[in-house]
Amino acid sequence: MSFFKKLKDKISQQTDQVTDKFKDGMTKTRDSFTSKVNDLVARYRKVDEEFFEELEEILISADVGVVTVMTLIEELELEVKRRNIQDTEAVKEVISEKLVEIYYDGDEEEPEELQLNEDGLSVILTVGVNGVGKTTTIGKLAHRLKAEGKSVLLAAGDTFRAGAIDQLEVWGERAGVDVIKHSEGSDPAAVIYDGIQAAKSRGVDVLICDTAGRLQNKVNLMNELAKVKKVISREVDGAPHETLLVLDATTGQNALSQAKTFKEATDVSGIVLTKLDGTARGGIVLAIKNEMDIPVKFVGLGERMEDLQPFDAHQFVYGLFGDLTTEDTQEE
Amino acid sequence: MAFEGLADRLQGTIKKITGKGKVTEQDVKEMTREVRLALLEADVNFKVVKDLIKRIKERAVGQDVLQGLNPGQQVIKVVKEELAELMGGEQSKLEVANKPPTVVMMVGLQGAGKTTTSGKLANHLRKQKNRNPMLVAADVYRPAAINQLETLGKQLEMPVYSEGTDANPVEIAKHAVNKAKEEHYDYVLIDTAGRLHVDEGLMDELQNIKEAVNPDEILLVVDSMTGQDAVNVAESFDEQLDVSGVVLTKLDGDTRGGAALSIKAVTGKPIKFAAMGEKLDQLEAFHPDRMASRILGMGDVLSLIEKAETDVDEKKAKEMEQKMKDASFTLDDFLDQMGQVRNMGSLDEIMNMMPGAGKMKGLKNMQLDEKQIDYVEAIIRSMTLKERTDPSVINASRKKRIAQGSGTSVAQVNRLLKQFNEMKKMMKQMMGGKKGKKKGGMNFPFM
Ligand SMILES: Nc1nc2c(ncn2[C@@H]2O[C@H](COP(=O)(O)OP(=O)(O)OP(=O)(O)O)[C@@H](O)[C@H]2O)c(=O)[nH]1
Ligand SMILES: [Mg+2]
Repeated sequence: MSFFKKLKDKISQQTDQVTDKFKDGMTKTRDSFTSKVNDLVARYRKVDEEFFEELEEILISADVGVVTVMTLIEELELEVKRRNIQDTEAVKEVISEKLVEIYYDGDEEEPEELQLNEDGLSVILTVGVNGVGKTTTIGKLAHRLKAEGKSVLLAAGDTFRAGAIDQLEVWGERAGVDVIKHSEGSDPAAVIYDGIQAAKSRGVDVLICDTAGRLQNKVNLMNELAKVKKVISREVDGAPHETLLVLDATTGQNALSQAKTFKEATDVSGIVLTKLDGTARGGIVLAIKNEMDIPVKFVGLGERMEDLQPFDAHQFVYGLFGDLTTEDTQEE
Repeated sequence: MAFEGLADRLQGTIKKITGKGKVTEQDVKEMTREVRLALLEADVNFKVVKDLIKRIKERAVGQDVLQGLNPGQQVIKVVKEELAELMGGEQSKLEVANKPPTVVMMVGLQGAGKTTTSGKLANHLRKQKNRNPMLVAADVYRPAAINQLETLGKQLEMPVYSEGTDANPVEIAKHAVNKAKEEHYDYVLIDTAGRLHVDEGLMDELQNIKEAVNPDEILLVVDSMTGQDAVNVAESFDEQLDVSGVVLTKLDGDTRGGAALSIKAVTGKPIKFAAMGEKLDQLEAFHPDRMASRILGMGDVLSLIEKAETDVDEKKAKEMEQKMKDASFTLDDFLDQMGQVRNMGSLDEIMNMMPGAGKMKGLKNMQLDEKQIDYVEAIIRSMTLKERTDPSVINASRKKRIAQGSGTSVAQVNRLLKQFNEMKKMMKQMMGGKKGKKKGGMNFPFM
């Protein structure tokens, strides 16, 4: 079975609705990427050095990252030689294959689900730099978990940014969940502590903690985050069950530095990649998964409550190569 | 980090290429390969990189190598000049309308930092320019966006015009400008909702606001961490609104900020301000030259080149080291060092530039406060030459004068002097060798 066929099968097993949403959300990304690759393939009949150079540019323009791209191109060149591929059409498949391979790197090829405590309280901590979409993601996630039948509580741990508490409260209202808050300027660890106590006494399933955005090079702020995390682990066994790093898909190479530093400070367990509804590339997640082994768990595809979808590398590649895939399977 | 590897390699390549009087084609080829990677790693758009590399190649081949440099460094010199040219000169002035109020519209993607920047700009206009601005909350979409601006307004004790979330942003903007006219505000800063540049409906809304209030400035606010897409974002905002300038935010982070170069290259619009932190006074004029160094990420090589250019040799560094040893390092030297490093962009580099400081344990994790540096600079600048070389003459009345001149307090002056003395002691120990094993690390005056 061809790789594309497999990919297609994998995706059609999922509900059509999910895939369509994902596809719609990623229209921009896909359009630019696919048309570029198609155009490239159309212009070059033969696989040669120039072909690879242009391919390199296409990947770089998707923010995949220089180091990853260079490695990828090298591997592609080898693979093309090994399989004795002459014609550019055939390279398309190898490209997709390699991209998924980079992401999974031999790991289990299943979408990564949230690792929550099945009986008892689970705590999710969200972290990230300023403006990436933490608070919005929490709103969306609360909505999602509630729809799955879980009871959810939010803790307004961003006591710093003006209006942050109000913002979370609006999301709480939209999702129909309560928000534990203190006043602006208070100690974030104390709010989170109160959130945990409230979650315990109310017997809530999931507590999601918002935190203030912070740039990863601010040592004192990163220490503050580590402290918040300590409070959570001290108060609830095995918590935080998930520490989600929110990354903006428009971000370039700095996302790698973000992943690295936040992982050091809070042992990040998963990534939420937001704003993929733009022409945003988000290619950097390939590098992050590859270099740091942090899986992407969700993607944000818009500003509405429903615009959070579980991440699936196959879907991601499908999103990028959607048209290519369809063409190929039709031919078969 | 991947980037350090690249910077190292770039340095390595420079070292490899030595001992020739002219830059050969091979030198250029080797260097530009590394430069290309460095620029791409810095998120400069690949098309912009391509053009740049082409120009650099054309210019660099056959050049005479400057005294004190090797051919590799000579190529970097060309790179630096090309970058500087592309970045253009400094330009942080805001337009002023013939008839007040001057209307400024803030636009950009979600999460770029428009609201905070609006607050900072208002603060800047009042503090630096003695203006009387009014803020306008036209983001009716993001939850609590109005609230956020109102909170900033309260902190600044500045009026914020809003009509709640049910009003139409175009109407809000119109009403706000009318109100500003009536009440004689001289600047109106309109904070608009973040939107994707590909969202036609919302981009139309911006055009409608523009038509309704005829702004004197449309500032595109861009996150300095933006990747390859920065060109598309800037291009479409500019095409649809004809922006007048750019504000680059979150530059206090550790991004190389290649987006700055991309934006400048595709729009030609000046980057007017750099936002350097979350506090409302952390907005600065944008320095293209610092940005160029930052993007290239090669402070050391660049300063070496500057040295060669201005014919400053190793002697000065030696002098400095000697000064530290015999503790004749003055406040002037200190200021000098600070200025030098500040020009290069990142604060962490200050530490690396202070001879020996990089070797000191515990410095890596210390926090530098930009504002403290400003104070330190202001204080030292308010001293006479004599005071700078011999701080012991600074008595109570001199302290008072210095505090007044620098807009600080006597306590701040005292603190600086105390810390400077401690630092000098520490340096002496350090340069003198083993015995300086004091615990607790040292306190620089700007920490
Ligand atoms: N288009 C789009 N916009 C998003 C997405 N996620 C968040 N946003 C928007 O991005 C902006 C910033 O989102 P926030 O949730 O406030 O980000 P944050 O990380 O909590 O920000 P701070 O708390 O200020 O650090 C808001 O305007 C959101 O509506 C997404 O997936 N797509
Ligand atoms: Mg937030």
